[in-house]
Amino acid sequence: MEAYISLFVKAVFIENLALSFFLGMCTFIAVSKKISTAMGLGVAVMVVQAITVPANNVVYHALLKEDALSWIGIKGVDLSFLALLSCIGMIAALVQILEMILDKFFPALYHALGVFLPLITVNCAILGGSLFMIERDYNFGESVTYGVGSGLGWALAITVMAGVREKLKYSDIPAGLQGLGITFITAGLMSLGFMAFSGIQL
Amino acid sequence: MSAILNDETKKVLTTPLVNDNPITLQVLGICSALAVTSQMSTSLIMALALTLVTAFSSAAISAIRNHIPSSIRIIVQMTIIASLVIVVDQILKAFAYDVSKQLSVFVGLIITNCIVMGRAEGYAMKNPPLESFMDGIGNGLGYSLILVTVAFFREILGSGKLLGIEVFKLTKDGGWYDPNGLMLLPPSAFFIIGLIIWGVRQWKPAQAEKVEFKILSIAHGEGGHH
Repeated sequence: MEAYISLFVKAVFIENLALSFFLGMCTFIAVSKKISTAMGLGVAVMVVQAITVPANNVVYHALLKEDALSWIGIKGVDLSFLALLSCIGMIAALVQILEMILDKFFPALYHALGVFLPLITVNCAILGGSLFMIERDYNFGESVTYGVGSGLGWALAITVMAGVREKLKYSDIPAGLQGLGITFITAGLMSLGFMAFSGIQL
Repeated sequence: MSAILNDETKKVLTTPLVNDNPITLQVLGICSALAVTSQMSTSLIMALALTLVTAFSSAAISAIRNHIPSSIRIIVQMTIIASLVIVVDQILKAFAYDVSKQLSVFVGLIITNCIVMGRAEGYAMKNPPLESFMDGIGNGLGYSLILVTVAFFREILGSGKLLGIEVFKLTKDGGWYDPNGLMLLPPSAFFIIGLIIWGVRQWKPAQAEKVEFKILSIAHGEGGHH
């Protein structure tokens, strides 16, 4: 149990996907102008991340890993090079299914998240989470923890960023630095802040 | 040569370098631009990989653009891009294993790099293969330019080396340069890109963004001083 808690804290703070691995930066910069939209996207990313990382974990361990196919009698096959293709296919398919389920059963949530869901397929934080899961060889329990944790970390980062940017637009910034430039520098300062967690040993 | 390099080709090759740079202006593909730039060697490999993937995926998508039903075009593009990335990944693992380990997941993340998708969707779907190929090369080069610039500053200031060769002699070896550890850490990449954007927009003021709230030059109750 302790291992899971430490993995969770690590995924949220110390190895924050957005601020220490720069994943999902395009959307992180583009959709962080307002707190409400940023939070909506953050929740959507968290939900998708919590579903896709474990799903990819199952697919990887049951089909792609070296000798994984021995349960149907095929031995010595290593399909792990297909991991990239299967991960992205899985993500695209799951996002599509999630969109349909939300539309059918939770229309209110669908309208709140609707615009962000298609964006998520091309969000590198999602694919990155799955690829990290494969690289670090997580088991199923760890992958669930990691999925929820890393999604939460990303959501936290983009919400904080949006909060800073909402105030930032009233400040007097040099013309060339306006907008994108100052956003990057703000992200850098936030990333410095998150680095304070890196000394924590769990 | 002149037959290949007509005006359109020249335009798509050169405008993405500064005037329409994918990173500083179109805000695409930033993720990997930041993550792999603590060393020159990794960022050069990454730049090369991304340029090749963008060019070939644009050419391939453009070649079949009239046969792709528009409702599934994203999936078709994804599949083509993912297959090319797998090829690149396998080549790196075979011939440059150390670099491939350092780049870790970021080679795979070329799939979701917005530059590749953006060019496929924005240019290759409307233009013939050769121009699309050149457009891919051009945008890849624009990306490479920023990547290599950031890596240059991070490596030389962070460890006094370029491509692993010592340039500044470090104090711990009896030299004069005290390395700036911050440059090896993630935040420095944000700062350098922010400053590059500032520099480019100072040089080309047309790229600067409009101010949402302008601060008036006359402050309250200070009558006449400003």
